[in-house]
Amino acid sequence: MATAPPSTYSAVTLNINGEKHTLTVDHRTTLLDALRERLDMTGTKKGCDQGQCGACTVLLDKRRAVACLQLAVAAEGREITTIEGVAEGDRLHPVQQAFLDLDGYQCGYCTPGQICSAVAVIEEHAAGWPSAATDDVRPEAGPPPLTAEEIRERMSGNLCRCGAYVSIVQAVARAAEADARAAQDAPDTQGAPAAQGTEHEGAAA
Amino acid sequence: MTTTTTGTTTGGTAVRAVGTAHSRVEGRDKVTGAARYAAEIPFTELAYGWLVLSTVTRGRISSVEDAPVLAMPGVLAVLHHGNAPRVDIDYVGMLGMRPDPTVAVFQHDRVPHAGWPVALVVAETSEQAREAAEALVVHYEEEPHDVAFSAGHADAYSMPGPAGPGVTGKGDLEAQLAASSFVLDAEYSTPEEHHNPMEPHAATAHWDGGRLEVVDSNQGTIWVAAELASLFSLDPASVHVRSEHVGGGFGSKGVRAHQVAAVMAATVLSRPVRVAMTRRQMFSLAGYRSPTTQRVRLGVDAAGRLLALEHSCLSLTSTVHEFIESGAGPARVMYDAPAHHTANRVVRLDVPSPTFMRAPGEAPGSFALESALDELAEKSGIDPIELRVRNEPEVGPVSGLPFSSRNLTACFREGARRFGWADRDPRPGLRREGRWLLGTGTAAASFFAGAAPSTAAATAEADGTFTVRINAADIGTGARTALTLVAADALQVPTDRVRVRIGDSDFGPAMIAGGSMGTRSWAWAVTAAAEELRERMALSDGIPPEGITVRSDTTAAVGALAQKERHSFGAQFAEVAVDVATGEVRVRRMLGIFAAGKIVNPLTARGQFTGGMIWGISMALHEEAVRDRNTGALYGADLAGYHVASNADVPLVEADWVDDPDPDDPVGIKGIGEIGIVGAAAAIANAVWHATGVRHRQLPIRPDRVIRADAHA
Repeated sequence: MATAPPSTYSAVTLNINGEKHTLTVDHRTTLLDALRERLDMTGTKKGCDQGQCGACTVLLDKRRAVACLQLAVAAEGREITTIEGVAEGDRLHPVQQAFLDLDGYQCGYCTPGQICSAVAVIEEHAAGWPSAATDDVRPEAGPPPLTAEEIRERMSGNLCRCGAYVSIVQAVARAAEADARAAQDAPDTQGAPAAQGTEHEGAAA
Repeated sequence: MTTTTTGTTTGGTAVRAVGTAHSRVEGRDKVTGAARYAAEIPFTELAYGWLVLSTVTRGRISSVEDAPVLAMPGVLAVLHHGNAPRVDIDYVGMLGMRPDPTVAVFQHDRVPHAGWPVALVVAETSEQAREAAEALVVHYEEEPHDVAFSAGHADAYSMPGPAGPGVTGKGDLEAQLAASSFVLDAEYSTPEEHHNPMEPHAATAHWDGGRLEVVDSNQGTIWVAAELASLFSLDPASVHVRSEHVGGGFGSKGVRAHQVAAVMAATVLSRPVRVAMTRRQMFSLAGYRSPTTQRVRLGVDAAGRLLALEHSCLSLTSTVHEFIESGAGPARVMYDAPAHHTANRVVRLDVPSPTFMRAPGEAPGSFALESALDELAEKSGIDPIELRVRNEPEVGPVSGLPFSSRNLTACFREGARRFGWADRDPRPGLRREGRWLLGTGTAAASFFAGAAPSTAAATAEADGTFTVRINAADIGTGARTALTLVAADALQVPTDRVRVRIGDSDFGPAMIAGGSMGTRSWAWAVTAAAEELRERMALSDGIPPEGITVRSDTTAAVGALAQKERHSFGAQFAEVAVDVATGEVRVRRMLGIFAAGKIVNPLTARGQFTGGMIWGISMALHEEAVRDRNTGALYGADLAGYHVASNADVPLVEADWVDDPDPDDPVGIKGIGEIGIVGAAAAIANAVWHATGVRHRQLPIRPDRVIRADAHA
């Protein structure tokens, strides 16, 4: 690095999972490579490095983003959440627990991106965001039922080549149900609509 | 198992771990991001290598202009054919195959296909390596190429492959066809398909005290270690390969250019070097499934008994390596006829080398054969399931050997009941729901069930726990968890007292994760070691501080298996909706019922079956790598141009199984890694016919093909 012209490097402070990390980065460095190669936070995966697979999904200010298309220097000042910051200490996030219990993965490589995506999907849905699968998109219609079709549509930015989609959908539905119950139990919050599970679906007649 | 005790007891009831659902033992690491894959193990003084691939399809390298690149910031080396260490490819590898010369990178100036590795740029950071690699100018003397693959290619020849001899034949085909009441003669084709595991191939190599250490993503560390030892003429004991977590493989993760290039660079620079393929590079370097053109001719008598069966399959390979996609293989197992002829042929073109890809041979072959059976059912007016049941062979159609077990009919019966097949009107094009035409289809599946010699070590630790070491690879199969269950049962202890360590070439020879043979082969060795350990413990007076370790080797036991036709079987069912105006095909539901041996872990097995079936959806509707005849390279070689099924493409897919323990396996395992994809694309294509009345014999069933076919119907 010493041989490089100094103008191609900058010191940045990245706010990752509530901790500040100050480092000098090559301007070409993506947020993904900064995490993996500079900060040894390898939970965020590199599947394609060109924004096509979703394996590197992180949350930027609670919104989904692919870290491979984000330059590290441009991530300063953002609140970055990676898979390492999803659990609360030793207690798994309900999405993580559901993926573990329902086997929402096989090789596990797309899993951190799927889980980050699912965490945001549940919040986006509860906030009333429609998707391409939503029938009634009028703002006053409120959040649509979180059907399997809604989950599939909202989770389609994350490829899983092992083909664990069936259990991924079930895991997201289970976590969303837990989230909706928690919201209903909590005082002073509007009850989010109960998620509709996938149990009513059947491949058999 | 031969033990007479009842296993772990809970409240007086015998509990066996095998057959009960168990979440993955490494699952917590995978959902928290703690599991480290090959490119994620830190090394001090790590340098980054970036491969440079040829931009021409055939020719010679006239110069590599490395001087300007060597002057770029951080660049440490440019390896190419003029300066790279020499390797030896004159050997036969662990799987009995000669190496694909593609792995012998930088040995000569010839370019035999597009995307051939011509250089490796090594730099202090990945950004520097990438920019320097993109800046490297390589001059070529370009030569004409031929990448045109078509049926009836004049240079095609037959060769043996994984499915046996190139050509088999008995009986007079023309005479039996002439005697048949109903005859089908159809051609089918499948495109070039790519594995695309989510984790790109990556390896880090370094020398440590005279030993070559490689952290890699592969389907068998002993396999890769042995290949590297042969390539670099090293003592096999001086090569150590580790592969703790593997982000998918599907046949693509053996020895490849990245490991060899990393070892070369680590040797030249005397420091750790990591080489990771980019997603786009994987389309040239990781192998792929050859396109196929297939012809099937079938003839049946009035009762639906096959009198004639001919299946021929043409695939392609590169000019440097022979690999054959044995699409005619399934016919040698599935159906018999007085006249029975199969042939696998290959043609050499200026393309990258194809390789094993999930259900090699069976996946494209079953598309053709099982589509043809459906067409024959239509012609003869016999229900597609009934037609298959009437043609269940007594013995192997080609081998004449008995089947170890064959529960295909049970799969169809159970599947038909659950899918609602009995109410199906066989006539096509009748069911409409809004803009959608609806249809259902079925197909049969089979995959070879085998075992290969493996070794394992089981240790009774002084603290009452057990450690099992076996050179297995968990590429997403759940092998680590399955072996934990198998070991716990053999040791007769709860699973939480067993720790299974895998993915380390120092653990000794074992089968790779491939051929649907991994878990069976490893479980056999683990069972043997664990059972002997129990006997040793019974005779010993306590556990010494260093523990008691027993090693097993199943070479003799596996070698003593009687010659039989050994296969898993399955029945696939699909319902589709087709909009003939837009050409859109949606799979609405799928059901697969399998007879695939003892199911060790129902939780992970279900996912493996359905994952295979989802590969079938992807194969039927999405996947197609298109090679440009002018440039010789692929169009859109990435995950935007090459479509794999996404979540929204996949409906509820269900898999279940019938009782089918293998009678000759200590645990009853057959193997489940590949059968899920077999027949799945045919079931979907057959359902598309049932919906629309149009046969699609060319995969994938793209919207434009649906529209054009409907216009001609």
